[in-house]
Amino acid sequence: MIQIEKLRKVYKTRGRTVAAVDGVDLAVAAGTVHGVLGRSGAGKSTLLRCVNLLERPDSGRVLVDGRDLLALPRGELRCARQRIGMIHQHFGLLSSRTVAGNVAFPLEVMGVSRAERAARVAELLDLVGLTDHAGAYPARISGGQKQRVGIARALAGRPHVLLSDEATSALDPETTASILELLRDLNRRLGLTILLITHEMDVVRRICDSASVMRAGRFTESGPVRDLLLRPGSELARGLFPLPDPDPRPGTTVVDVTFEGDGADRPFVSALARAHDIDVNILGGSVAEAGGTRIGRLRVELPGDPAANAGPLAYLRDAGLAFETHTPEVRA
Amino acid sequence: MTWDEMEPLLRQGTLETLQMTFWSALFTAVGGLLLGVVLVVTDRDGLLPLAPVNAVVGLIVNIGRAVPFIILLMALIPVTTAVVGTSIGTTAAIMPLTIAAIPFYARLVETSLREVEPGTVAAALALGASRVQIIGKVLLREARAGLIAGLTVTVIALIGYSAMAGAIGGGGLGDLAKRYGYQRFETGMMLIIVVLLVVLVALVQMLGDWAARRLGHR
Repeated sequence: MIQIEKLRKVYKTRGRTVAAVDGVDLAVAAGTVHGVLGRSGAGKSTLLRCVNLLERPDSGRVLVDGRDLLALPRGELRCARQRIGMIHQHFGLLSSRTVAGNVAFPLEVMGVSRAERAARVAELLDLVGLTDHAGAYPARISGGQKQRVGIARALAGRPHVLLSDEATSALDPETTASILELLRDLNRRLGLTILLITHEMDVVRRICDSASVMRAGRFTESGPVRDLLLRPGSELARGLFPLPDPDPRPGTTVVDVTFEGDGADRPFVSALARAHDIDVNILGGSVAEAGGTRIGRLRVELPGDPAANAGPLAYLRDAGLAFETHTPEVRA
Repeated sequence: MTWDEMEPLLRQGTLETLQMTFWSALFTAVGGLLLGVVLVVTDRDGLLPLAPVNAVVGLIVNIGRAVPFIILLMALIPVTTAVVGTSIGTTAAIMPLTIAAIPFYARLVETSLREVEPGTVAAALALGASRVQIIGKVLLREARAGLIAGLTVTVIALIGYSAMAGAIGGGGLGDLAKRYGYQRFETGMMLIIVVLLVVLVALVQMLGDWAARRLGHR
């Protein structure tokens, strides 16, 4: 549904050139939710704005719904944009219009007749649960309600694609949860493809099917959330299951084990201890729902250095568990 | 002077002041909005960046703002004569008043339009709005409370300017104040004119505040 190829966007400031997006490839399948996670300045906002060409990339291709947007003349690009919804961190609502007026705005832009507009606005407000606030001005409603208006407005042109630019970053945790719930619901009911950018790990965990981690204009990892979390050394996994810095004592081996679904219920620690007759020390861990499955991460300490632990590690591997080991640093 | 002598003069003078202010305010509103929009839209980060146009309009506005009104008034006499046919009278005064006020209002318009949250413009672009739609439905509409407040300030400045224009042949209250209050030492007349002007300015300010409050929804 969204295809980005070798995208590059360079900014020039006082003779210095900075590549905000430095060769990004991304494909988002129809009906899925993809999250781009990164800190501020990582280039994710620029990347998103390149998808509907609010920013024009310097090179690369952008295809939405099979159409090469960079090849479109100005007028057709405007039509294409009407079919790509976008929601914003600070909502971008018109303060001089009521809730209903804001939702009607894109319909006016498209030249929809007054009667049709009224019917469609009512339908959209119902969809996001704001029928009772149709006549209120944005200054009089809460942040969560503002974002609902933003979502209703973005859906006015019946888009197949929704771009979300930090849509929940200005909201409190509870409101964030309800907005994410709404997005997930729209994704399922309307088959809406969503590309979102965020700096909140939790957003990825709650609604994304796939994700990319962005740093300095590039993706450092990308794929289905489940695969990323099971991949040893994944930044996403480390962010989602925060564990303190591993500080293995000499003569021990610290292992982070990631397990999924059924594995979360299997008592592999005691099984391992029994099978190899060793003491397994649990240092920390957590279990979370992510990417549609239950994924857990556990940090355990085994006696003896890694070389001595070939047997137990092979046991974990045979049990189908993903893990990474931390060896003690040699101190002078 | 008795009240019966002053009354027709004051009536006539007030009418002329209102005439000068009304027409020059009307032309200024149109001209100022136009130049203000051009200044914002053709700016480097604007909807249609056009550096040369921006520089030229900016220069014209700066020159207009820099010349003191009393000098502009005299310097424009040949232009006024060419356009209006005469340089004396209420109608003739509207020309220099408008020329002086347009740059003033254009800067106020520019400031108001710049205060429109950039996010709303980006959102409108993302929704596929054209530049004309964005100017009309987003920029001017969102800034309207500020535009009204700016126009109020401009109209009040115009009332003041009109007194100056009156003093060099434009008629109105300024002309009366000069001829009777200043040259004939009619203190009573002078006082009444001052009170009339204060009331006029207060009324304009109240009307402007009311309109701006009604249109603002922040």
